[in-house]
Amino acid sequence: MLELIEQFNVLGAFWLNIRLAAVSFVLAMVLGTVIAILRLAPVSVLNWFGATYVTLLRNTPLTLIIVFANLGLWLQLGIEFVPREGNPNFILENNFWLAVLGLTVYHAAFICEAIRSGVNTIPVGQSEAARSIGLGFGQSLREVILPQAFRGGITPIGNVLIALIKNTTVAVAIGNREIAYQMRNMMEFRPDAGILIFLIVAIGFVILTLPVGLGTSWLSSKLAVKR
Amino acid sequence: MTDSRESPGTGLGAPLVVLEDVNKHFGDLHVLKDINLTVHEGEVVVVIGPSGSGKSTLCRTINRLESYESGTITIHGDELPSEGKALATLRADVGMVFQSFNLFSHKTILENVTLGPIKVRRKKAAEAKQRAMELLTRVGVEHQAEKYPAQLSGGQQQRVAIARSLAMDPTVMLFDEPTSALDPEMINEVLDVMTSLAKSGMTMIVVTHEMGFARKAADRVVFMSDGAIVEENTPEEFFTNPQSDRAKDFLGKLLTH
Ligand SMILES: Nc1ncnc2c1ncn2[C@@H]1O[C@H](COP(=O)(O)OP(=O)(O)OP(=O)(O)O)[C@@H](O)[C@H]1O
Ligand SMILES: [Mg+2]
Repeated sequence: MLELIEQFNVLGAFWLNIRLAAVSFVLAMVLGTVIAILRLAPVSVLNWFGATYVTLLRNTPLTLIIVFANLGLWLQLGIEFVPREGNPNFILENNFWLAVLGLTVYHAAFICEAIRSGVNTIPVGQSEAARSIGLGFGQSLREVILPQAFRGGITPIGNVLIALIKNTTVAVAIGNREIAYQMRNMMEFRPDAGILIFLIVAIGFVILTLPVGLGTSWLSSKLAVKR
Repeated sequence: MTDSRESPGTGLGAPLVVLEDVNKHFGDLHVLKDINLTVHEGEVVVVIGPSGSGKSTLCRTINRLESYESGTITIHGDELPSEGKALATLRADVGMVFQSFNLFSHKTILENVTLGPIKVRRKKAAEAKQRAMELLTRVGVEHQAEKYPAQLSGGQQQRVAIARSLAMDPTVMLFDEPTSALDPEMINEVLDVMTSLAKSGMTMIVVTHEMGFARKAADRVVFMSDGAIVEENTPEEFFTNPQSDRAKDFLGKLLTH
C-alpha cells in the first residue's frame, strides 16, 4: 500500500485537492457573503439578483460549470489567469484557476444559503433595535447581523466545506491532476489492486473531511450565541 | 392643540412629535385611521387600548419601522425621511424600547450600550464607555456590564435596553409594552426607572396597561380602539370617568382581571 502511495504520488495528488478546496473555500465565503448581503438588502433589484444567482448556480451540475469555465472562458473567450510566456506549467496552472473559479461560483450559492440560515437564528427584533439606535444597513449588518449569522451558520457552512472538499474531484474533468485523476491512473496500471486503490482514496477523503465535521461542531457549540 | 390639563412635575414645552391624519393599512386591514396626536416636549403620553387596536403600529410608525400611506409625522418640525442616511439620523434621536428587550445577544451589556454612541454618534470609545457606565448605574445594572444579555433577568435586560436608548441622548422615547414580557416581580424595577425618567423631563410615548404608572407618571392617556384614537384625557379623568363606551368596556375588563 505504501509503495502504491509513493509510486503514484498519492499525497501530491491529494495536496492539489487540498489547495483547490482551500482557495475555493476562501473565495466562496467572500462571494457567498456578498450574495447573502444582496439577498438581505432593502432593495428589491438586489434581492432579485441574489435569489437568481443562487437558483441558477445551485441547480446547475458542477461538472457543467467547470467544463464551461474551461471551454467558454478560456478556449472561447481566451481568459487566462497566469502568464503564458515562458511558463512550462501554463496549462496546469491555468486549469487550477479555472477549477477554482468553477468551484467558487458554485459553492458560493450554498454558502449564501448557509449564512441565511444563520441569519434566521437571529430574532427579528435585533435588527429593528439596530435600526432604532440609528445604525444604517451596512452598520447593522457588520455589527449585529453578520457576526451572529456566521456563528449561527457554522454547521451548515461546515457542511458546504465538506461537500466542497469532495467536489474538488470534479476538477479532473478539465485536466487537473488531482486524486481522481491519479486514481484512474492507478486503476489502469495496477488493476490487480483495485479495491486497495479505492480504499486509499476513500480513507484519504475521510481524513480530510472528518476533522472539518468535528471542528465545526466544536466551534458551533463554543461560539453559539446564548439567547 | 391647546387642551388644558394639569401636568405633574414638568411643565409642557413646544410640540415635539406631531402626527396629522396618519393612515396605514396592512393589506385590507386599516390599522391606523386618521391619527392626530401632538406630544409636547417633556410630556409623557400613555397609549392604552385593546389588543390589535394599533398601539404597536403607532409606535413603530413614529420611528418608521413601519411606513404609512398618508398624513404627516414630524419630529421637531422635520418630516420623517423615508429612507437612507437621513432616516438613520432621525432614528438615532428617537429611542425605542421593545416588549422583548431586543438586546444584541452576541455583545456584552456594556457593548450594547456603547455601540450606538460609537458607531452613530462617533464618540470615542473611552467617552462612550464612561457614559454607558453612568447610565447602567442609573438603571441599577452596573455590576452586569461585562455579562451577556442571556445571563441577565428579564427586568435587568429591559433596564439595559432603556440605558441603550438613553445613551443616544434621544429627544423622545417610545416604549412598546415594556413590562408585558416580564415576570410580575420584575415589573416594578422597570416601571421605577421609567417613572424617574418621566420625572427628569424626558418626552415619552408609552404603550402600557400599567395603570399605576399612568397615574403616577403620565400627563395624558390616549385610548385607541380599532386603529383610531377614541378618547384622550388626564389619567385621573380617564380612569375614573371614561367618556366613550369602548373605553368604559375596556376599563371594565382591565379592572376585573
Ligand atoms: N406586519 C403585520 N402584517 C400584517 N398585519 C399586522 C402586522 N402587524 C400588525 N398587524 C395587525 O395590525 C393590527 C394592529 O396591530 P398592533 O400590533 O399595532 O396592535 P396592538 O394594539 O399593539 O396590539 P397588542 O396589544 O396585542 O400588542 C392587528 O390586527 C395586527 O394583527
Ligand atoms: Mg402591541
